[in-house]
Amino acid sequence: MTEHLNLLPLLPELTLAVGAMALLMVGVGGRADARGELVLWLSVAVLVLAGVFVAMGEGTVTLFSGSFIVDPFARLLKILALIGAGVALIMSRDFWRNDGGVKFEYPVLLLFATTGMLMMISAFDLIALYVGLELQSLALYVVAAFKRDSARSSEAGLKYFVLGALSSGMLLYGASLIYGFTGSTEFSQIANAVQPSGTNLGLIFGLVFLLTGFAFKISAVPFHMWTPDVYEGAPTPVTAFFAAAPKIAAMALFVRVVISAFPAITDQWQQIVIFLSLASMGLGAFAAIGQTNIKRLMAYSSIGHMGFALVGLAAGTEQGVQGVIVYLAIYLVMTLGTFAVILSLRRNGKMVEDIDQLAGLSRTSPLMALALAILLFSLAGIPPLAGFFAKFYVFLAAIEAKLYLLAVIGVLLSVVGAFYYLRIVKIMYFDAPVEGFEPMPRLLAVVLGAAGLLIMFFFVYPSPLVAAAGTAAKSLF
Amino acid sequence: MSYGWPILSTVTFLPLVGALLIFALRGDDDSTARNARYIALWTTLITFAISLLLWRDFDPTTAKFQFVEERSWLGPINFHMGVDGISMPFLILTTLLMPITVLSTYGAIKTRVREFMIAFLILETLMLGVFCSLDLVMFYLFFEGGLIPMFLIIGIWGGTNRVYASFKFFLYTLAGSLLMLLAIMAMYWEAGTTNIPQLLAHDFPPQMQTWLWLAFFASFAVKLPMWPVHTWLPDAHVQAPTAGSVVLAGILLKLGGYGFLRFSIPMFPLASVDFAPLIYALSVIAVIYTSLVALAQEDMKKLIAYSSIAHMGFVTIGIFTLTMQGLQGGIFLMLSHGLVSAGLFLCVGVVYDRMHTHEISVFGGLVNRMPLYAAVFMIFTLANVGLPGTSGFIGEFLSLLGVFQVNTWVATLAATGVILSACYALWLYRRIIFGEITNPALKALQDLSLREVAVMVPLILLTIYFGFHPNPVLDVTATSVEALMADFKANLAAAEQAHLALAP
Repeated sequence: MTEHLNLLPLLPELTLAVGAMALLMVGVGGRADARGELVLWLSVAVLVLAGVFVAMGEGTVTLFSGSFIVDPFARLLKILALIGAGVALIMSRDFWRNDGGVKFEYPVLLLFATTGMLMMISAFDLIALYVGLELQSLALYVVAAFKRDSARSSEAGLKYFVLGALSSGMLLYGASLIYGFTGSTEFSQIANAVQPSGTNLGLIFGLVFLLTGFAFKISAVPFHMWTPDVYEGAPTPVTAFFAAAPKIAAMALFVRVVISAFPAITDQWQQIVIFLSLASMGLGAFAAIGQTNIKRLMAYSSIGHMGFALVGLAAGTEQGVQGVIVYLAIYLVMTLGTFAVILSLRRNGKMVEDIDQLAGLSRTSPLMALALAILLFSLAGIPPLAGFFAKFYVFLAAIEAKLYLLAVIGVLLSVVGAFYYLRIVKIMYFDAPVEGFEPMPRLLAVVLGAAGLLIMFFFVYPSPLVAAAGTAAKSLF
Repeated sequence: MSYGWPILSTVTFLPLVGALLIFALRGDDDSTARNARYIALWTTLITFAISLLLWRDFDPTTAKFQFVEERSWLGPINFHMGVDGISMPFLILTTLLMPITVLSTYGAIKTRVREFMIAFLILETLMLGVFCSLDLVMFYLFFEGGLIPMFLIIGIWGGTNRVYASFKFFLYTLAGSLLMLLAIMAMYWEAGTTNIPQLLAHDFPPQMQTWLWLAFFASFAVKLPMWPVHTWLPDAHVQAPTAGSVVLAGILLKLGGYGFLRFSIPMFPLASVDFAPLIYALSVIAVIYTSLVALAQEDMKKLIAYSSIAHMGFVTIGIFTLTMQGLQGGIFLMLSHGLVSAGLFLCVGVVYDRMHTHEISVFGGLVNRMPLYAAVFMIFTLANVGLPGTSGFIGEFLSLLGVFQVNTWVATLAATGVILSACYALWLYRRIIFGEITNPALKALQDLSLREVAVMVPLILLTIYFGFHPNPVLDVTATSVEALMADFKANLAAAEQAHLALAP
């Protein structure tokens, strides 16, 4: 092969992979107590560097005979995933410090997971997709069980691994069926081979299995069972990470596969997406009401939010994809901000996860309560906060696609969802104060403040994000 | 009339600036509370003063939107503000009630004053924004954004059962408005814009009008509130602090009526005609049923809350007669009710501040201790009943005049509501004010303080002034209402033509 291979579009992934391996070397040498934190900050630097490389890209490029694609869609979602990973990493520092020091393996594993995510986002071939997904998942299984001496954490890791492996198997099975019936693993060739008329039953079978695998990864109902347990059991910074970056990568993958590979049979996958969306919104809203543990509540909340994001995808239009991207971006900020609060709920050296312990937070730490209240109102989708715009764009797409029933049920479920967010606001603002918390670590306060301000004042100048999402969505069609 | 500066934005967002100033306050509790009160009072007063400039320069001879501002904001959705004869009086009502209410909280709100004033000023911005918005999405942002501060006001400073009331208020209203949001989206895809003046000119297909009308109705009926979705209101009123009740009854309830006038009738005229009987039925039930319920109340605030629902029934009847008198009457009644119900709730607040209860049975014989209070309360009670010479009379009379031309049965039934309102209002007055003092705790009551008089006087003066001389308001609204009517009739005629053309 004499053709010169241009690796420049692959630079972000290369940076992450090489960086992670180099940091592994840094980790094993040097003094034990200091190097963990050093590796953490260097990892953040690697993520930032990768982000810069992502942002420098232009136009649409394909590599490796079409199995790897870099387009505006990939770039925007990669940046979101990198932000999610980076911020989650920064937020983890104080937690590990209080837990006996930062272990250098943690940031390195997150870097590997992030590498996998970027590859997922850029995958344009079923094999590339699977490789990226597995790279991500394997690293995530390990970090879920990162607190080896905690039974809950080990259980979370094991549970995640078993169910994750099952879903990977289904995905692989679906991929093999699709390959068998279309003769290709590359998305554009699959798209050419798929005919809307005389739909092929085997192909649809494959599609269903493939989507099942994705639904596992984005924790859409009925494949959500692992989420509450893993969220609750995993160490809190890991939960924060799980709720942010991997969701974005998996959703990006979902969107790209159905839009790029199966545009001809939209009406087939649309039904599945509508069902996933309705079931996730419904379960997310109702099951969260009874939760007392805030991490479990966030698990159901994330299930619900993925349901709302899927409303945009259900439309199957450019407008819908734009809605999904806007939703993911805003969801990312809200989630990170909320976890910044959860990570700082520490009393007498112990983490507090019980929602009732937030009682009277507005008296004991008014600013933290205010920021969290803003985030919660935004998660509930109340204007003029950013969460409203997130819902606005996905439902706008659903109405355009004439999915009226989905839209009506969706907004009514968002009212149910509002209830449990309001309940937290009520506990913080209406109830009598209990003992206060330890002061918020500076890093977390910065993250929370930034998230709160972004969510609060998004409405002042919303067009950059919306326009970027529009460009990204256009590149898929 | 144009100014060198965007006057509508100034009026709308000035309270927000005040809220930020209060947010920046530091110091010990006493001094921040004092400063927060001063800043809130001055902000609302200045906002009121600037809004009077608007009132002065408003041109009542045109139905066009005035003081228009437009800036690009979010793709097809623009930042677009303006007022016409329908929104103008509501704007002034809001800016007028706010300083009065802030002044009334001096004796009532003692804890977390800073947070209260912030929530209150943000609420003012959001309410003013509703009346000034000329873009549907912007309207929605303001309309629903108001839930957050009101939720907090009820929940933090409310009575014993405040949590239940605040949740009910929030979730009820949210469910209604989200359906409207979907309708707004459908309108966007149909008309390609969310610009209100353009939407007013757009003809929506008849089938679609029905659904859109119902979705908007879901929102406005809850907000207004209409029977049978009114149940959140008594709870919210009873639990809310006085200032919250005043704003709720005085302004927030009017958002629903305003919505009917601004959107439902002009944008969906065919559906409005079709659904007018439904509105009549619900309104007549509301008028009679809630009046009867009011008779049975043991709590002053709850009684006034039910009375509000009954009055809003008159408003919807008036509006959906789709006659000049009915529409004008509906608008006037809303404004008058804004003044009168605010006055009544402030009266309840006066005794609540002294006795910390609004149970009717606790009181009795107050005239012996508080003659001035008895006089003030009487004026508002009579205005609530609709005595000629008070603003309440003009509104109810015009509404009934309108409906009489359309449907005498509805007029007859609605008129019984006037009688019933006299029953419950006067009976309430008798039980509170007259008789001998039986409760020893009442013996030490003080009459109205100077501050309380200052709170009441503007409302009393306006109630009586508009009772004798309603023209300042009617003139301002007339042109816009006429234009609304003309447009409405043209739409109906066009639809009739189309229908005839289709017939074989």
